[in-house]
Amino acid sequence: MSSLLETRELSKRFVKHLDFAAKLARKLGANVQEEVVQAVDQVNLDIRQGEVVGLVGESGCGKSTFGRMVTGILPPSAGTIHYNGKDISNAASPEGHAAALKIQMIFQDPFASLNPRMRVRDIIGEAPRIHGLLEGQSQDEYVANMLEKVGLDASYSGRYPHQFSGGQRQRLGVARALAVQPEFLVCDEAVAALDVSIQAQVLNLFMDLREQLNLTYLFISHDLSVVEHISNRVLIMYLGRVVESAPTEDMFHSPNHPYTQALLNEVPRLDLRKRQYTPVAGEIPSPLNPPTGCHFHPRCPHATSKCHTEIPQLKGIAPDRQSACFLNETP
Amino acid sequence: MPQPTLDVRNLQTHFFTRDGVAKAVEDVSFSLGSGEVLGLVGESGSGKTVTGFSILGLVDPPGEVVGGEILFKGRNLLKLSEEEMRNVRGNHLAMVFQDPMMTLNPVLRIDTQMIEAIQAHQKVGTDVARERARDALGKVGIASPDERLRAYPHQFSGGMRQRVAIAIALLNQPELIIADEPTTALDVTIQGQILHEVQRLCRETGTALIWITHDLAVVAGLAERICVMYAGRIVETGSVDEVLDRPLHPYSKGLIESVPSHNQRGRRLNQIPGMTPSLLSLPEGCAFRTRCPIADVECRRLPSLHEAETERRIFCHHPQRETA
Ligand SMILES: Nc1ncnc2c1ncn2[C@@H]1O[C@H](COP(=O)(O)OP(=O)(O)OP(=O)(O)O)[C@@H](O)[C@H]1O
Ligand SMILES: Nc1ncnc2c1ncn2[C@@H]1O[C@H](COP(=O)(O)OP(=O)(O)OP(=O)(O)O)[C@@H](O)[C@H]1O
Ligand SMILES: [Mg+2]
Ligand SMILES: [Mg+2]
Repeated sequence: MSSLLETRELSKRFVKHLDFAAKLARKLGANVQEEVVQAVDQVNLDIRQGEVVGLVGESGCGKSTFGRMVTGILPPSAGTIHYNGKDISNAASPEGHAAALKIQMIFQDPFASLNPRMRVRDIIGEAPRIHGLLEGQSQDEYVANMLEKVGLDASYSGRYPHQFSGGQRQRLGVARALAVQPEFLVCDEAVAALDVSIQAQVLNLFMDLREQLNLTYLFISHDLSVVEHISNRVLIMYLGRVVESAPTEDMFHSPNHPYTQALLNEVPRLDLRKRQYTPVAGEIPSPLNPPTGCHFHPRCPHATSKCHTEIPQLKGIAPDRQSACFLNETP
Repeated sequence: MPQPTLDVRNLQTHFFTRDGVAKAVEDVSFSLGSGEVLGLVGESGSGKTVTGFSILGLVDPPGEVVGGEILFKGRNLLKLSEEEMRNVRGNHLAMVFQDPMMTLNPVLRIDTQMIEAIQAHQKVGTDVARERARDALGKVGIASPDERLRAYPHQFSGGMRQRVAIAIALLNQPELIIADEPTTALDVTIQGQILHEVQRLCRETGTALIWITHDLAVVAGLAERICVMYAGRIVETGSVDEVLDRPLHPYSKGLIESVPSHNQRGRRLNQIPGMTPSLLSLPEGCAFRTRCPIADVECRRLPSLHEAETERRIFCHHPQRETA
């Protein structure tokens, strides 16, 4: 079956250009350099219609950047994005435009992503009205419906974002994304700010929508128990690269990559009380100056000299499973 | 018993909105000793953040602390002048905000902000302050701290901003830290690193910690005691073991049953029926009764927070009744 979303070698580099003083200093012989972050490094991803793909990884590894490129908010530095077979890598192209409504993002940061001067009624209702999605309902009815879907009282529609708690604002973000009737949702830490009972409500809603509307999800989260619950497949990212991809059950049952193993070891559990937390073993690498070879080698208990110099490629290790680790190579 | 670091008594914080009075925090009491960790959990919108803001004296109009006492090492913070409060805030209390951008100024470089935070409370030179800022970033797992110090907040990922905000709170080794959803955006290995630093601070310097979170598993591993809030009130408090293993309040029970790991993969999760009532139109009596599986006529009357067992207080008429 062909994919709904397909990225090929999708990459994003952020370059911090030198200001005048720094340029001058460099002319005078100082060792100043442009700071470059390879936030996303040649990611290949296929998502089928109706699938829920979990994207997990270290803070700063490029998950949001990847999601923002897929949604057309951020232009890629290299690589392509296809949606339904059409190239949407350029958000300004007609294909990119057409995809803009269909692919919606629920943002990690509900505080920054809601216009503080707009009332809820307009935050949620304006886009559907402009795009003619109200289908005979009044904007207020439509908004009330959406609020109810995410478990908020319809009477809130006259309020401004600052009058809500963190979790309530997050649900406004969910309602806003759903209001334009998308096909594909990029959920960036969409339930991180919610208490577990409302989280359950929103996750149930996501699962219902998937059945009713055949929605497809890229589900970015650091919460492994949530990812395990809702995803069909999980991708693990580390410093801009995908290091492992597997069906959810396999990933949690037998993680292959040492980083995945480290993650699963640290998962907090309700039955583990009074833990002695441990610092990260080895050195935490910087995206500004990533380690050579395998990015994970400074933290890896199994690293060999090869891992310091060569980049392991993402390779099939079992049906449907891929991992980027030299340990899988038979000597 | 030694004097607690923090003793909150009957705190009430209300918002006087155009549509009515929202009692965001109502009759909240708890106390916390040196080195102790209290987990504060509860429904979204139940008043956790507002409780933290009240303690720090950061509630802005239309909100107001209208009742109660906040005793910090015996001193009632509500009686302090703005000037005195600012002093306490910088030197003795710190808050890690749910939104890291409340700590971080978007137009200033990270180093400017951290050095300022250090020098505001300690007489040290800029070099020493920079050195400390560097160390603090290292402790929360930010690599290349020298380069990162020169960056602006927008150049950081969400989780990195969160870590910078945590680093700033740890800078002056405060006696009390209120951390509001501080690790929601972090992967579990980095979260472990931060919890390690926080535990060490509590152990070594006796810092008391209020950890506001919805992540019950983190509370399980970190805190000694837990307070569960619903609609502005504490509805249950007790030791972590007692409350998580044997919740007595029907809301706490519902909450714990919604945790994904208590549910079968891919199945619908248990959820508490109904939705959070608006604070402006709470049901009379027990605010949870309209969603509660065991509510009866008695629940139309306001329950009291009473000691159901030793060290365990419950705000419910029927704490022992089975919900199943
Ligand atoms: N400026 C305001 N005006 C009116 N109501 C407010 C204001 N600020 C907060 N509230 C209300 O106070 C209540 C408590 O909010 P608070 O931010 O403390 O919730 P919380 O428990 O921290 O929730 P979350 O887990 O979602 O962050 C909420 O119902 C909120 O709507
Ligand atoms: N506008 C920007 N300018 C410069 N660098 C940026 C910018 N946005 C992101 N970055 C950098 O790109 C990298 C990836 O950031 P991104 O926000 O995608 O991470 P993330 O995986 O979503 O992290 P988190 O889990 O903490 O949200 C980080 O090193 C970050 O500092
Ligand atoms: Mg992110
Ligand atoms: Mg809050």
